[in-house]
Amino acid sequence: MDGDHALAEGALAAGCRFFAGYPITPSTETAERFAERCPEVGGLFIQMEDEIASITANVGAVWGGQKVMTVTSGPGFSLMMETFGLACMMETPMVVADVQRTGPSTGLPTLTAQQDMMQVRWGSHGDYRIIALVPDSPQECFDLAIEAFNLAEIYRVPVFIMTDETVGHMHEKVVIPPADQIRIVERNWYAGPKEDYRPYDFNGRTAAPMVKAGDGYRIHTTGLTHDERGYPALTPAMNRKVVKHLIEKIESNADSIIRTEEDGIEGADVVVVSYGISSRIAIRAIQQARNAGIKVGMLRLITVWPFCETKIRDIARNVKAIVVPELNYGQIVLEVERCAAGRCRVISVNSCGGAVHDPEEILAAIKEGANP
Amino acid sequence: MSGADHAPEYSTDDKSFREQNPMAEFLRMERMPHIWCPGCGIGTVVTCFVEAIKASGLDRDKIAVVSGIGCSGRVAGYVKFDSFHTTHGRAIPFATGLKLANPELKVVVISGDGDLASIGGNHLIHAARRNMDLMVICINNFTYGMTGGQVTPTTPTLANASTTPHGNYETPFSLPFLADASGATFVARWTALHAHNMTQTFGKALKHRGFSFIEVIAPCTTLYQRRNKLGDGLDAMDYYKENADIQHGADTRSVGISFQGEIALGKFVERQKPTFLDAVNDHYMKVLGDSYQLYGKNTAELRKEAEERARLSASEEAEILDCGADD
Repeated sequence: MDGDHALAEGALAAGCRFFAGYPITPSTETAERFAERCPEVGGLFIQMEDEIASITANVGAVWGGQKVMTVTSGPGFSLMMETFGLACMMETPMVVADVQRTGPSTGLPTLTAQQDMMQVRWGSHGDYRIIALVPDSPQECFDLAIEAFNLAEIYRVPVFIMTDETVGHMHEKVVIPPADQIRIVERNWYAGPKEDYRPYDFNGRTAAPMVKAGDGYRIHTTGLTHDERGYPALTPAMNRKVVKHLIEKIESNADSIIRTEEDGIEGADVVVVSYGISSRIAIRAIQQARNAGIKVGMLRLITVWPFCETKIRDIARNVKAIVVPELNYGQIVLEVERCAAGRCRVISVNSCGGAVHDPEEILAAIKEGANP
Repeated sequence: MSGADHAPEYSTDDKSFREQNPMAEFLRMERMPHIWCPGCGIGTVVTCFVEAIKASGLDRDKIAVVSGIGCSGRVAGYVKFDSFHTTHGRAIPFATGLKLANPELKVVVISGDGDLASIGGNHLIHAARRNMDLMVICINNFTYGMTGGQVTPTTPTLANASTTPHGNYETPFSLPFLADASGATFVARWTALHAHNMTQTFGKALKHRGFSFIEVIAPCTTLYQRRNKLGDGLDAMDYYKENADIQHGADTRSVGISFQGEIALGKFVERQKPTFLDAVNDHYMKVLGDSYQLYGKNTAELRKEAEERARLSASEEAEILDCGADD
């Protein structure tokens, strides 16, 4: 199965039964899989008129009670940005996958990249926090789709799966476990008395339970700054309360959200920090470097946002250099540099996308880092 | 209420006003007073909408209101139903998701001409094309009120707006024609003066299955009226009274609006056609048979309805215009 199809299967396994989307290369196979599978599982697929309509219909469908997902690529992702802000403000749990391709603009629609990593973090206007996961294989597309739904429900936040054309179109074996072995977090439905219900609770740690339209709670929600009832409350003080909550509910739980994979970091002179498809290329370079006697470790980011600041700080204290290969002209490397704060060298192995790295480029950077 | 020699028992700022107001069951009284200007037509539309729901006998817990941005976009915040104030121009796709996620809801979009016809124009035509089961009320005051009176796609040619300070040189949309041509199965137009007719039409649209579009011409006294030296809200009502021409069943090609010209009103279109969700279920039942998992809340009921439709499908789109029933 390829990564795009695995995303759809992971979402369906997590209980997603609504998909509104718009075709865009190289994400289309996920939409097609949903179109094929929805009639078999009591789900609904709708191809909307554009990406803005797609993402907005998804937000509406969450408030109608469904678990929802959509998938897109660079240009479509840009169009959806405004509504991601609405989803954050309304604290709407949803999953969006970006199968990245190169840009700017239409760029190379059929070729790979990792160039939306900062857009997902900062692309919508205003201040907010999201969660972004990066799979490196079709198997992880399946697994992280489920994980994304779980995180979305726990924190009532849009969760992004930042895959790319290569992982999306790569065919590998995907093991789908029996349904009873998959951990699924259901929506935290409110069950108390109607008059006590508040759709929001700005405690900065957890998200309030939800109800759906039609349950008789007569809820109101808005993209405006709002109070606990969801009513507009247009004061700087209220905005501080709301925005602080949106940020802190992710940041205060960063330790439980962040997932990384590491190999040989202890005692290493150089650590390669990478994510997604780049990390699979980096493995080859690391192997070659180890064969040449260099002590090199690897940190693979599975969660990119929130960023694993503490881990990078710790690594930076103990190594000569951190090498960051990514299929962009330097995005996540900025975060690595920020956290390393001059404690070690940070070497960017950047790329303008269109193809994955040549392992030799990463190897050269590792050698440069090991022998300053 | 007490006798005529007593002062009213409530004023606009005390608790009993909020509790005893006849609309208290339908409006979020705790949010009053609302933001709309004196003479604005939006409040009339809200009142008529609520009256129609009151008379409809529909389960009020199953009604959801979605609005976009702007003055009319604020309607969602004042009605006491499940209500959603969304992004600019995107009320219709939001409502589409809401309706499809929970088909037992009656989802009503109430927004303005700028929101629905300009930035949201693409969504409007596609929801109409699909016959998405939504009721859309477009409050048309020919202007962007909240941003200060700019030109909209419905501003009549020659009218003055803050971005057409020497008069509008563009051709406006005729919204009933646009909705009709796009596939809406219920299309009507009233003005804020025609409260009774508007209420009746809202009542019908609430029971209509499919995409209904009701345009309400409403005054924006603060911007449109003033900029065009048309007087206040009452003057707008006089204009509506003198220039309204009720033409039920009119060909929507003929109902365009010119600056201070005649306004054709009435129910122009009412026809039946499968809704988007009916089309999904009917199609998959036909091609996939029993392996198809019907989509929707009550599967048994949906299947019964779908089978009923399959039996009736021999008769093509039935036109069921009953002209004159609205006045």
